[in-house]
Amino acid sequence: MIDFNAMNIKMWSRLGSCGAFGAAMMALSEQDDDLAVITADLCFYSGSDRFRQSHPDQLYNVGIAEQNMIGVAAGMASEGYNVFATTYATFAAARVLDQVRVNMGYMQLPVKLIGLTAGLSVGILGTTHTSNEDLAAIRSIPNIVVLSPADTTETVKAVLAAAKENKPVYIRLSGVMGSPLVYKQDYEYTIGKAIRLREGNDVAIVATGTMVAESLKAAELLAEQGISATVIDMHTIKPLDREMLMSCLDSKLIVTVEEHSTLGGLGSAVSEALAEVAHKPPQLLIGLADHYVHAGDYKYLLEQYGLTPDGIASKIAGKLDAL
Amino acid sequence: MMIDEQIIKKCELAAKQMRLDAITATYQVGNTGAHIGGTLSMIEIMAALYVGVMNLSPENLKSPTRDRFILSKGHGVLAQYVALKQIGVISPEELQTFKQNGTRLYAHPSRNADIGIEFSSGSLGQGVSLAVGVALALKKKGNPARVYVLVGDGECDEGSVWEALASASHFGLDNLTVIVDKNALQYDGETDTILSMNSLSQKFEAFGFDTQELDGHSVEKLLYAFQKPSDRPKAIVANTVKGKGVSFMEGNALWHNGKLSEKQYIQAIEEASV
Repeated sequence: MIDFNAMNIKMWSRLGSCGAFGAAMMALSEQDDDLAVITADLCFYSGSDRFRQSHPDQLYNVGIAEQNMIGVAAGMASEGYNVFATTYATFAAARVLDQVRVNMGYMQLPVKLIGLTAGLSVGILGTTHTSNEDLAAIRSIPNIVVLSPADTTETVKAVLAAAKENKPVYIRLSGVMGSPLVYKQDYEYTIGKAIRLREGNDVAIVATGTMVAESLKAAELLAEQGISATVIDMHTIKPLDREMLMSCLDSKLIVTVEEHSTLGGLGSAVSEALAEVAHKPPQLLIGLADHYVHAGDYKYLLEQYGLTPDGIASKIAGKLDAL
Repeated sequence: MMIDEQIIKKCELAAKQMRLDAITATYQVGNTGAHIGGTLSMIEIMAALYVGVMNLSPENLKSPTRDRFILSKGHGVLAQYVALKQIGVISPEELQTFKQNGTRLYAHPSRNADIGIEFSSGSLGQGVSLAVGVALALKKKGNPARVYVLVGDGECDEGSVWEALASASHFGLDNLTVIVDKNALQYDGETDTILSMNSLSQKFEAFGFDTQELDGHSVEKLLYAFQKPSDRPKAIVANTVKGKGVSFMEGNALWHNGKLSEKQYIQAIEEASV
């Protein structure tokens, strides 16, 4: 089985989230003969080329035909195959949303859908390839588990955990090769159980995906200003860990941070969960604004949206001042 | 290859009963009516498959070796319900719950292994992809079961159908049969005037299918077509008449979904009983 040693963790980080997905599939293939990867012409891109070479009869490329990919994956899943389907996150969530809704939501066929390059990582390719809305779209469909790993270590954890679920799962892969690591050694990962990474009294930062690492850095900056922050890795967007949220009610401010639109993603999910609580701190939603920014490289786009440690820390400090 | 006369006779009798059952079920639904036009066009196809061809019975509904039938044109599901009644999977009493609150017999099929519904459908253009996935999985596992998927000719407007057909021949799925209920009408009128699919058979052939075009109301021709061996995925383009068997429905797009008055019901039953 796969070893979460320092060497592997570093290697996955260098490969990025797609490569980490591929590494996890290689590990899974050792023990699951019914494993299959199906892709819409993104075999290489989704880090599955090694899998294709070692298991040519378990990798199916349907060509540039995402609608068909979901249906074929669902048909195979109904016959007992453990199917992982890969495409760009925006195609998974927007282009083929009806197929996802009918096959994974309505029929609950246990397809594991991998959304590549979610967020802004491929921003220079333009808005057709970035994905600001996938969590909102897929979260609204019943019966689908929605995962958003914080780094490549957690990507491997999420893929291994999803493989054991006899349910439909969507895994949102974000970041780039060499994105900062949150988890540098092995740790306990359970779907639906958020992880408290840092303890503080003033602010509770609930982050997901790449924004977990940025939020940890933001918390350091806030500490320099005398503001102490809790940081939570909300790696499962659905089902949301409500218990963890309820443990944050003593903070002065709850902050959600995501590389996703603030409409319908983590921020919205947290708002929905807290709506029924009578006494609670206000919530600051940090994420992508409700518009498209012109193409640019990843770092540039994150700066445009203020999704940097500085940007996050200054928004939080400003909000605290205004309270 | 000869088909036993008795099998042909049995399928023809089944088709007659199924047509009567479908008309009665539509009448009993009352005001909301049912997709009776596209149900009556596919009755012989369903009778041939369920009574004459498929390895499917109340005893093997959940067995891995059962043949799989996938209804992609989900709005024609009444024809599947009456076929399932014909082979003893759905009881006559349950058929009376069609489109009633709390029923298992929705106006579009909802996946339920207990009553032989393999997949949910209703959103057109998705069944062939499911059939490709199932056929691929069966082949991988060395399972000799066959996969049958029925699409409408109007449904073939959906691009996803063609994505799926291309993949079926790419993956060499000789265990798959796609049937087109070519009744030449869709919701808004004639398929020829809405989006012409006139050369459907040539299109299937070009997509790598062993294609046969035939009279979709001839049980005998259907049985021969289903039995014909092939080393490619098979397509049967069945020329049918929407509303077949009831004079005032035949070829009339307004009966895509319709309700029956008592007078119409009596006439429909009389005509379908002949």
